[in-house]
Amino acid sequence: MRRWFHDSGHLIRPALVLLAAVAVFLLVRAAVTPKDFGKYGHYRPAALTLVRSHPLSYAGQEQCVMCHDDQASARKAGKHAHVACEACHGPLAAHANDPSIQPKLPDVADLCRRCHEKDAAKPSGFPQVVTAEHSGGAKCTDCHQPHNPHL
Amino acid sequence: MDISRRGLFQIGGKLLVLASVGATLEQIVGAETPSDAYKMAEHWWGMLIDIDKCIGCGNCVRACSKENQVPNGYFRTWVERYQVEENKQPVVESPNGAMDGFPPLTRDDIKAFFVPKLCNQCADSPCVQVCPVGATFVSPDGVVLVDKEYCLGCRYCVQACPYGCRYLHPETDTVDKCTLCYHRITQGLTTACCENCPTQARQLVDFKNPQDPVHEFLRKNKVEVLKPYMATQAKVYYKDLDGSVR
Repeated sequence: MRRWFHDSGHLIRPALVLLAAVAVFLLVRAAVTPKDFGKYGHYRPAALTLVRSHPLSYAGQEQCVMCHDDQASARKAGKHAHVACEACHGPLAAHANDPSIQPKLPDVADLCRRCHEKDAAKPSGFPQVVTAEHSGGAKCTDCHQPHNPHL
Repeated sequence: MDISRRGLFQIGGKLLVLASVGATLEQIVGAETPSDAYKMAEHWWGMLIDIDKCIGCGNCVRACSKENQVPNGYFRTWVERYQVEENKQPVVESPNGAMDGFPPLTRDDIKAFFVPKLCNQCADSPCVQVCPVGATFVSPDGVVLVDKEYCLGCRYCVQACPYGCRYLHPETDTVDKCTLCYHRITQGLTTACCENCPTQARQLVDFKNPQDPVHEFLRKNKVEVLKPYMATQAKVYYKDLDGSVR
């Protein structure tokens, strides 16, 4: 067979090396790229499952009310109707899953003050007091029932 | 070895057929089975924040921190208190992210208000654009997430976020951020911050749900996103946002 042109071997050999390199690259990439990469975009769909696998700490309102409907109806009648249970009682998914885990009652002094201490930046319609003047050192729960705080 | 041109083509052809059969088999066998009722295509998540309802109690910050095991001193959400006076730079405070609320502000001769902040879940997000490895992305239901097993910790995204919503987790050395409680909202719960907001100043919304109150809210109220000039298509809408807020 006649050569295409003189000494074309020195072009064909590097071309073969290049082809081999591309093939190796493609193989390695196929081996290390996670399955389904790029199904929804430039990322692993498995990442969505990973993020979703995070455990719950807060059970959510519906879970609480399933057992504690008495407290829920007491709350419904008052100003705290839209405050979720766990907003004061803390994260209780563990308790919802296993009722034998007893939650601790919240510390009222700190709890009430966080929302109701007077602050000029709070919306003016929101009930606020200067606790030192308001109660004279008495606990909030001495007068107010937290689930329905109106006197 | 001596191979004729015909031989080479034959081998190539056989390899091609094998490869395509293999790929097809892999697609059939490895296909994901839909595991649950949650359909990503049916949701487009965001949040509404009503500044006039925020009392700066810090419940959202504490709830987020507990739900997501956010390391101390880092925040996926935080609350800022603005004190705005005429002809002066606004004073912005957020002591420990408002984890313990705020020291009472007694001056009432100035404009003061609270602004809760979190990831704005931008639909056209700068943080996603700069990630070199595809470790951060906008999910099909509109939540900006991080693949912590894929993240290199290069921090490009931390710098790219115009809202300062990302940090490098001190233990994993990968980037961490608000997931809009993706593990909660995909099972029908609301986010930890919204669940625990006593005044409903924050509301999780689903723009693709025609029954969602967001549609009426947006129709009836004047809203704005943070830094609209960044054109990030942020999906956290603020009602009554003051111009001093950045």
